[in-house]
Amino acid sequence: MNSFSRRRRLTAAALTALAVATSATACGSGSGGTGTQAADNDTYTIWDPYPQFAKGSAWVKLLDACGTEAGVKIKRTGFDTSDLANKTLLAAQQGNSPDVLIVDNPVVSTLAEAGVLTTTDDNKLDTSKVDPNLLAAGQSGGKTYGTPIGANTLALYYNKAVLKQAGVDISSVKDWETLTAALAKVKQAGKKGITFSAIGTEEGSFQFLPWLWGSGAKLTELDSPAAVSALSLWKDWLDKGYAPNSVLNNTQTTSWQEFATGDYAFSENGTWQLANAEKAGFDYGVIPVPGADGGSAAAPTGGEFVTLPVQDSTDRYATTQKIATCLTSTQNLYDTDTTLSYVAPTTEVQDKQVAGNPGLQPWVDAVKAAKGRTSDDLGTKYPKISEQMWKAVQSALSGSKSPKDALTAAQSAAK
Amino acid sequence: MTHTTQVPHRRPVPGHSGAAPTAPSGTRRRPSSQQWAAWAFLAPVTLYLVLFYAYPLYRNLDLSLRNYTVRSFVQGDAPFTGLANYRTVFDDPTFAPALLHTVVFTAVCLAFQYVIGLALAVFFNQHFRLSATLRALFLVPWLLPLIVSASTWSWMLNSESGIVNAALHAVGIGPVNWLTSPSWSLTSVIIANIWIGVPFNLVVLYSGLQSIPAGLYEAAALDGAGPWRRFWSITFPLLRPVSAITLLLGLVYTLKVFDIIWIMTKGGPADSSTTFATWSYQLGFGNLLPAFGPGAAVGNLLVIAALVFGLVYVRVQRKQESS
Repeated sequence: MNSFSRRRRLTAAALTALAVATSATACGSGSGGTGTQAADNDTYTIWDPYPQFAKGSAWVKLLDACGTEAGVKIKRTGFDTSDLANKTLLAAQQGNSPDVLIVDNPVVSTLAEAGVLTTTDDNKLDTSKVDPNLLAAGQSGGKTYGTPIGANTLALYYNKAVLKQAGVDISSVKDWETLTAALAKVKQAGKKGITFSAIGTEEGSFQFLPWLWGSGAKLTELDSPAAVSALSLWKDWLDKGYAPNSVLNNTQTTSWQEFATGDYAFSENGTWQLANAEKAGFDYGVIPVPGADGGSAAAPTGGEFVTLPVQDSTDRYATTQKIATCLTSTQNLYDTDTTLSYVAPTTEVQDKQVAGNPGLQPWVDAVKAAKGRTSDDLGTKYPKISEQMWKAVQSALSGSKSPKDALTAAQSAAK
Repeated sequence: MTHTTQVPHRRPVPGHSGAAPTAPSGTRRRPSSQQWAAWAFLAPVTLYLVLFYAYPLYRNLDLSLRNYTVRSFVQGDAPFTGLANYRTVFDDPTFAPALLHTVVFTAVCLAFQYVIGLALAVFFNQHFRLSATLRALFLVPWLLPLIVSASTWSWMLNSESGIVNAALHAVGIGPVNWLTSPSWSLTSVIIANIWIGVPFNLVVLYSGLQSIPAGLYEAAALDGAGPWRRFWSITFPLLRPVSAITLLLGLVYTLKVFDIIWIMTKGGPADSSTTFATWSYQLGFGNLLPAFGPGAAVGNLLVIAALVFGLVYVRVQRKQESS
């Protein structure tokens, strides 16, 4: 009896260890049954990162319409955007990739590296009308792996009432020095300066990039004096109380919520907040993120790409290409980008958007000046650099390292 | 791996006795078929264990021993690299802090959860009015989905607009950067996790208290033992087996805590609240370019840690029994 209960306890110990194992690793045990695959030749699968659009929304109707036009049925699944890359990798491993994948642009080069995506040479997707700076995010090694469905980027929103109260003329804000001076005045007037997101994820890197590029630094040289000056600018704002300490934990959404309280003069945020800005209940304006010595800094491009993953049966591509072309046709781009609050990737549609809403002009300009994160043939080097960059930003802003030390460590780790 | 395959083989005893009463329904006539029946009854659980426990564990081990890039992950041709991923993990500058944080996080959480849980259990064992209602209220943290409680904590501890800093301000203490200062972030997640873990300890220890015969207390009271003496001489020793299992389960739960830390601080700032669990996730999923190999290696280290403590528990238990 004794030996039996002992054995049982051993088993119990082994089982508890297993419980940790299965909950801590989460890998291995594949994705659910949302896969696709050729069993049904008339059903084409589309994955997108817009879970906010339910059945019956304009987006889903558009997908169905494009399917009908190509003579097939559409099975659509909306994923959380941070989940989509891993879901896609797992699906590709098991040989059931979706037919059309709409995915965040910096992920494209990773998926291309994994051999998951077809090139436009293979799938005959026409990308000639797309702005080259936007298309660059989906290119690596001289090949193009998809076409953007819409673009967004970052700029500075400002609260007109707060600036007026502080006696700041927005036209005086031209470079970092004048921006900092404006923040000082705002603080003196008892209001709060600027809010942004410096969280330890890709979002933090995304928000830091306009300042990095605005200083003249490159992603490949994180420890350059210019890069240090960009991080020091942020650090300085935190130290002087021009920016709240909570930026370290802010996502772009929480940073927007801070701005929406009406206490903040500036917020670095994206095109997609335009609809919320209208609802905020105060007068706002938008300026591009200034460069260190004037002019506009290049901001990173956001937004998704329509891509066509590799399939076992290559005869599916012809129909898939029809669906993708339909999704990115002029009228459909216009509708989709209006719904998403994005700027269209082609000049033709951009003109149409501005004609419909002149307020979009600064955003169109910003998108035209923007730069892909994986551009300059960084490709899959970008994710490594980006991780080190957000870590450096976090170390410096939280005070655990000086901006210079943090960026030096980041540069050596990113190599 | 060996311990997983043993699991089904060690069950024949309950399986055998379980098969006997059901045998009349069909296969009693030959003794060998009874054996078959026993195996048939075992099959579902064996299959379940293999599919959902042994295979994922094997996959995780396999992941940690190969050099996976995104390309080889998809094509399934990653080269076998032995312990290279483990060396990468050990050499990583994050390793030492992550180990320290995991130990501190687990030890401090366990200690506070157990002490507070025990104190509350003894308190509620007095059966005063409303004690059942109050006890039920204490279960709330346990019933809330983790994402809700973690987000709520993260709002309360926000350095700008959080209620905790507002309260501190009201009593004249300056703001504390709970989640954004490297010296406070670990403390913050520990506090939140203690709050979440107390109800579990309370419930298990309270049920342990129910099984201590009231007569013992009466006898001790007659002998002139005060409440303090009764606690140390009766409650605590008689609660030892329950305490041991509470602490072991608590240890396993705490070692793998991930959601709270990830939602509140993402392991930051600057890795100041990174534990093995969040580090493993960070490596495997927190980046656009996943590092599955090292991520799996960190996960396996956690498994080994839990296994070691499981064995320690078995040992201690055995000693207690023989003494």
